[in-house]
Order: sequence, then structure tokens, then C-alpha cells
Amino acid sequence: MSDKEPVKSIITPTRTEYTYTPGPSAQRSLRALARGKLVGEICPSCNQVYYPPSGACARCGVATRDEVEVADKGTVTTYAIVRVPSENIDLELPYCTAHILLDGADIPFFGLIQECEWDAVRIGMRVEAVWKPESEWGLNAENIRYFRPTGEPDVPFEQFKEHL
Amino acid sequence: MADELLSAPHVLEYDYRRSLGEVLSRFFTGLRDRKILGVKTNAGRVLVPPSEYDPESGDATSDDWVEVGPGGVVKSWAWVNEPLGRHLLDHPFAFALIQLDGADTALTHAVDAGSEASMRTGMRVTARFADDTIGAIGDIVAFVPEEGS
Repeated sequence: MSDKEPVKSIITPTRTEYTYTPGPSAQRSLRALARGKLVGEICPSCNQVYYPPSGACARCGVATRDEVEVADKGTVTTYAIVRVPSENIDLELPYCTAHILLDGADIPFFGLIQECEWDAVRIGMRVEAVWKPESEWGLNAENIRYFRPTGEPDVPFEQFKEHL
Repeated sequence: MADELLSAPHVLEYDYRRSLGEVLSRFFTGLRDRKILGVKTNAGRVLVPPSEYDPESGDATSDDWVEVGPGGVVKSWAWVNEPLGRHLLDHPFAFALIQLDGADTALTHAVDAGSEASMRTGMRVTARFADDTIGAIGDIVAFVPEEGS
């Protein structure tokens, strides 16, 4: 036997490479995002506003078509504290990611919370997007660097409990 | 839509660290020492790769270990014309089930045979170890056709 320590674990890598082609709704939304606008779509049946839009209403199963601009600020509906490092994420641990119900949207959007202690984040907190400089905008979600607290009063849970 | 269709590469990649447990720990430690180890079942069959349980009876395997190979017989194979980045070899090869000498079960590994025409079920192959072994399945770079067979 080896005089070294026994092998107690192995690294098993998994990797899949896709070419992602966004559907028509996501394409329109990405092009709007590259102009600094958050453009979602509304369900013609139940009037839910989806951002980001997927082209169909998850509730009614009908196609969404009409575009609706939503705000770049909103309310934290839930959040997670991340304490595990990832090779491709260059953030100081721990950090906070959140679901943010953007004003004008009916489903939450995923965002990073910064300019705030991680343990000060709370459900109902008001946050706003911090954008990259306009000269750096591209066709991707990284145009928004993160969200930060606005300092507005918290929103009571009752007001967004239907939008989790 | 007048705009050009958007598309972008999307890579999904995870490295898992897998705890081996006692049995596979011994197997991979053996590979680091350039040995291929099998474990005996209570019925005396030698399992390579080893497992904690005998697949035939469900009983725990014994603590009786034997070194097998490095030669063995190809029991079945599939030719890979276009290796992917994660494969052990960067040129065409065969994935094969190899029953090592002294073993009663077959190990899945690559056979570096040069061409599909050189492959056949029942052919003799032998393990080619890496220059540096770390305790991973890649410590065996590939199996190669045994000389003179």
C-alpha cells in the first residue's frame, strides 16, 4: 500500500455546451435591455405582466404579445445568503441574491443585492437597479450590475403575497 | 423581425467532489500506486471495479482484495469517432468493457486502438498508466492492444 494518505474523494466534472437562441419575446426584451429598458409582456387573458417574458402566460397558457415596460426598482420578495464560493463568481462572501418584484411586473426577477450588509436584507425591502455605464451596455442581463436599497419604507407582505 | 437572430454560447459546468467510501477509496488509492484492485464476494467472484455489495446476492463484499490485470479481454466496445473535450483521449478511440485477468466483471474504459478496424470483441488489451498518477480513473490513460496478440 501507499505510504501516502489514501484517496478519499475524486473530482467528477460535468459540462454541457449549448448554443442558446432566445425566443422572439426574449429577443425583443434583450434588445430593449441593451437600450436600458426593461420590457416585459402582458397576458391578454389575465393581465399578468411577465418580466423577463417567455412568450406565454404560465397561468393561462396563452401567448403574450403586447409589450409593457416595467420599472428598474422593486420589492424583495425572498432572498438567499450565499456562503459557498463559485469559481466564476468574483464576489466577497457572504453575499445576498434576491427575488425582486419589479414595479409593474407580476412575477419576481432575480438579482444580486449590494451596497447593503447581507444581514440587513429583508423581505419587503425596496431596491433599485444600479446599471453599468451606458457605453458598456450589451445584449445581456449584466447591464444591471446589482440592486441596492432605495431607503423607501418596506412594503407589507400582504401587498405582494400574490406575486411570489 | 428585421433584426438578426440572437444566439450565444451557454456552458453549464460543475465539478463535483465525490466522497468515495472505503471500497472505492481503496480502488483509487491502488490506481495511484499503479495497481488495479478488485474485491472478492463471499462466493469468491472478483469485482472490478469493486463495490460495497455483491450485485448477485446483495450481501456485503468481503475484505479480501486481489490485484488484477494489467491485461484483460475486451467484452464489448463502441467506437468514438469524434472525442469530446472531457474524454481521456483527443483522437478516435473505443469505449470498452474490459474484463481484466483475474476479474469476473468488466471495467469500462477507453481502448486506444488507432482505428476501428483494429477493434474486435475478445481482443487482448493492457493498461497504459499516466506518468503522474493522482488517484483517479484517468491514472489509466487508456488500454492498448497487447503486443503479439
